Amino acid sequence: MRILVPVKRVVDYNVNVRVKADGSGVELTNVKMSMNPFDEVSVEAALRLKEAGKASEIVVVSIGPAKAEDTLRTALAMGADRAILVETDDTIEPLAVAKILKSVAEAEKPDLVLTGKQAIDDDSNQTGQMLSALLGWPQGTFASDIEIADGSAVVVREVDGGSRTIRIALPAVVTTDLRLNEPRYPSLPNIMKAKKKPLERRTPGDFGVTTEPRLIVMKTEEPSGRKAGVIVASAQELVQRLSAETGTI
Amino acid sequence: MAILLVVDHDNTSLSEQTAKALTAASLIGDEAGTEIHLLVAGEGVTAIAERAARLAGASKVLVADDPRYTDGLAEPLAALVVSLADGYDTIVAAATSSGKDVMPRVAALLDVSQISEITEVLDRVTFKRPVYAGNAVQTVRSTDAKRAITVRTSAFAVASEGPQVPIVPATTGQHQYPASSLVSEQLAKSERPDLTSAKVVVAGGRALGSAEKFNATIIPLADRLGAAVGASRAAVDAGYAPNDWQVGQTGKIVAPDLYIACGISGAIQHLAGMKDSKVIVAINQDSEAPIFQVADYGLVGDLFELLPELETALASRSATKS
Ligand SMILES: Cc1cc2nc3c(=O)[nH]c(=O)nc-3n(C[C@H](O)[C@H](O)[C@H](O)COP(=O)(O)OP(=O)(O)OC[C@H]3O[C@@H](n4cnc5c(N)ncnc54)[C@H](O)[C@@H]3O)c2cc1C
Ligand SMILES: Cc1cc2nc3c(=O)[nH]c(=O)nc-3n(C[C@H](O)[C@H](O)[C@H](O)COP(=O)(O)OP(=O)(O)OC[C@H]3O[C@@H](n4cnc5c(N)ncnc54)[C@H](O)[C@@H]3O)c2cc1C
Repeated sequence: MRILVPVKRVVDYNVNVRVKADGSGVELTNVKMSMNPFDEVSVEAALRLKEAGKASEIVVVSIGPAKAEDTLRTALAMGADRAILVETDDTIEPLAVAKILKSVAEAEKPDLVLTGKQAIDDDSNQTGQMLSALLGWPQGTFASDIEIADGSAVVVREVDGGSRTIRIALPAVVTTDLRLNEPRYPSLPNIMKAKKKPLERRTPGDFGVTTEPRLIVMKTEEPSGRKAGVIVASAQELVQRLSAETGTI
Repeated sequence: MAILLVVDHDNTSLSEQTAKALTAASLIGDEAGTEIHLLVAGEGVTAIAERAARLAGASKVLVADDPRYTDGLAEPLAALVVSLADGYDTIVAAATSSGKDVMPRVAALLDVSQISEITEVLDRVTFKRPVYAGNAVQTVRSTDAKRAITVRTSAFAVASEGPQVPIVPATTGQHQYPASSLVSEQLAKSERPDLTSAKVVVAGGRALGSAEKFNATIIPLADRLGAAVGASRAAVDAGYAPNDWQVGQTGKIVAPDLYIACGISGAIQHLAGMKDSKVIVAINQDSEAPIFQVADYGLVGDLFELLPELETALASRSATKS
């Protein structure tokens, strides 16, 4: 079984993102970038399936600038076998990402595609579902557990109110939630080895996909801020003030 | 052209999130005469359709009563919505786990971009939505022929009761979609208010230390206030609270009248899920904790002492009140 794992280079989750003063976007120069945390979980899930003898090859793919090679190398250092970089400096919406991934999937013929449930920059939570729709494959979103057996996947999904377990026939797309696993850190020798693992370079044009956005970002602004309030001295005072000043209790 | 709102329900009752998404849909269809149709798909959903038909803003309720939709699986539901899409230029759902499962599939099949989790409607094609865990707000304008939209319901009020509108069967033909099946469901049945619609939320963090202490400390206070219970990711990951109590960027987004954060440091990913609450109270022993920067009222100290005191203070207040 082959597993395809799309990995995205995003602003590191520890970075406190700032909006540019002119409202044209967020400040991304000299900001630390990392692999989307959900994608680390996907890579780890793929590695565990391989270690359990259920998968034979893990291919990672990223769509983004030349620097996205770093993200792919991280995935290779974690243990993925080879990488595909679809290089573009354009801003790519989930629909275009899904179209490119569809072409990659048609060429690579994976049995399973593991995407993150969302990327922590744009928080769209779309790409996996869109890819699954375009391929005509079933989907298992927000997975906190995946079992592979007899040509199907049994996926435990985190949903409002609890969880739901579904069975989907392979090939399928599964989107991962953070509780699926705790991703490993690549070891130094593996980081060195990863430098020599195969990395294929492509462009969106190779797949006949136009990346022109369908959504125009008119402006980006700071959210309406909150100010720090008062420190109260006791539980008693808290109750009095909540009651008198806010009417919430 | 008309707007289609996909109703979220559990085969028993209509989700209040849908009643909030309807408010957003009404703002999108601001021109007089724009019809809003509510689609109820499931099996034995008459009561839900009747409830939907009394929401102010609805023009008509379409019912797809069919075993294909019983289990709320994304593939058949997306195929149904796409088959109905011709008459609509806007398709809306609440950003619940079901809306997030289905709507991107609909968008891809219609070859349009999805606009995720809108928080404000500027006009029929222009919306605000938060990005980067709510650290920035984008204004986006769609250039697509149709729009597929999910609504962040914490930003919209519940649609009020209105006059009963017609309920008609939806056309459900043969659709092609990949097979999937429901194996089992583990849904918590609780008397407690739902996290995303509660007026008051009491949330606990890593500081609670164990599931037992979480139950012994957070729950009584929540019961006293008639509140829903939330948790930080640290508390959920450690097994102190079930996963659907998680509040934050990757959990639930809530905006109650009152949010009481107990032993939660205030990481940006947690703030992303609660900073639009009307009043925030933070209880934390570290006076430097970032949660205090967004809290209207702070109480510095050991929550294991302060929460019982708070409960006592609330109890004596209600005693004097009655
Ligand atoms: C107009 C506009 C301007 C933007 N500007 C910026 C910007 O300046 N900087 C910036 O970083 N982002 C920017 N974005 C966001 C970026 O283009 C989005 O990340 C993209 O639209 C995909 O959304 P998402 O990552 O939130 O998708 P999601 O659906 O949340 O992603 C889920 C999963 O899909 C997979 N995936 C998504 N994208 C890729 C990819 N490129 N390669 C491989 N796998 C992927 C991953 O597995 C990921 O976990 C902008 C978006 C728009 C619409
Ligand atoms: C991609 C990603 C997504 C994430 N999504 C989410 C999300 O959706 N929701 C979320 O919550 N987190 C999320 N996180 C995790 C987040 O970054 C924090 O790690 C988490 O919120 C911390 O939880 P906490 O505040 O309970 O724990 P801590 O940060 O450990 O804080 C515990 C607090 O309790 C206080 N304390 C300790 N003992 C006591 C006591 N006896 N009395 C009073 N106070 C006490 C401490 O002073 C401290 O401030 C995400 C992280 C990543 C990387």
